[in-house]
Amino acid sequence: MGVEITTTRLEDAAKWAKQSTLEKATNWGRKFSLFSYPFVTACCGMEFMSVAGPKYDLARFGAEFPRFSPRQSDLLMVVGTVTEKQGPAVKRVFDQMAEPKWVIAFGVCASTGGFYQNYHTMPGVDQVIPVDVYIPGCPPRPEQVLDALILLMDRIQSGRGHSQLRDKREQLIASASSDEG
Amino acid sequence: MAQKVLDALKAAHGAAVDRTASAHTDEIAWIKRDQLLAVATWLKNDAAMLFDAPVFCTAIDWIDYRPLDRPPSEFWSEDKPRFTVAYQLRSSKHRHRIRIEIELPEADPKLPSLAGLWPAFNWQERETFDMYGIRFDGHPDLRRIYLYEEFVGYPLRKDYPKEKRQPLVRRDDLPMNPIKVAPMEHK
Repeated sequence: MGVEITTTRLEDAAKWAKQSTLEKATNWGRKFSLFSYPFVTACCGMEFMSVAGPKYDLARFGAEFPRFSPRQSDLLMVVGTVTEKQGPAVKRVFDQMAEPKWVIAFGVCASTGGFYQNYHTMPGVDQVIPVDVYIPGCPPRPEQVLDALILLMDRIQSGRGHSQLRDKREQLIASASSDEG
Repeated sequence: MAQKVLDALKAAHGAAVDRTASAHTDEIAWIKRDQLLAVATWLKNDAAMLFDAPVFCTAIDWIDYRPLDRPPSEFWSEDKPRFTVAYQLRSSKHRHRIRIEIELPEADPKLPSLAGLWPAFNWQERETFDMYGIRFDGHPDLRRIYLYEEFVGYPLRKDYPKEKRQPLVRRDDLPMNPIKVAPMEHK
């Protein structure tokens, strides 16, 4: 019987939070060079444009310019309402992105479905892909977006993004099973 | 405004017209569905009608429709057919318009397609089929237009449950050993 790894246990969290100097340096680099892929489906796109424009200037924080190929990006911004019909497309875009990757749900529709409660709207994009940071608001203010970006950068530095945690988990399982063998 | 259109329609196709009404400057004619194609062809081609601009096609679901403030009248009765399909037409030459409505029973929601007369009704009839399940006989390509092929049922029918979801994909990476919650002890 290997180690039981549950993300909710405190001692595991402490073990996972331990980073080598190399990891710290890598994550420091990652957090200041986010390449975002804007998956813009609805009116939140206007607010995304304003936050990416010169006045609020997302580039100040290292998320310099959006890449329109998922293979060149590591931050998926789901901006706007996602329908059930779009589900396979979102999942495919996410699967094509290079590891490690992060997801921001921009606006209430992408976070929870918002005021839609019907046959066609997905109740939050986290039904299909793991989301790191949720931004409420309809649409969110640019300050909220910047706040979320800083939150995400914090999370990347400490290695707590979804894909980073999954990597760590797989490493721990592998090392535990090799210890036994 | 276009009462003369209704009068001309009744004079030319009196047997096909169930009843007529005028409401808020809109003229409405209820047409029997087996003569819809003849009436529509006449509306499009007659020199005094010339309805060349199709405006919209949609359907109405009258399930459980009971107006509280009105007694049974020509607009509704207990045995009213469940569906109404409405076509709004406009003539850009004569600048008049008419709405033709066709009542359909729940068991057999089917009527001849007008997409052959006005090609713009092609997608509109597909949408009506997609949302209400109305079958249009003679439509060149009657399949879902907005929803995916896996979708079951017709979501704009009033008996479609509001909470019902038909997802195409869901996550497959949820935790393999989820949080274990100890049952609470009651004292």
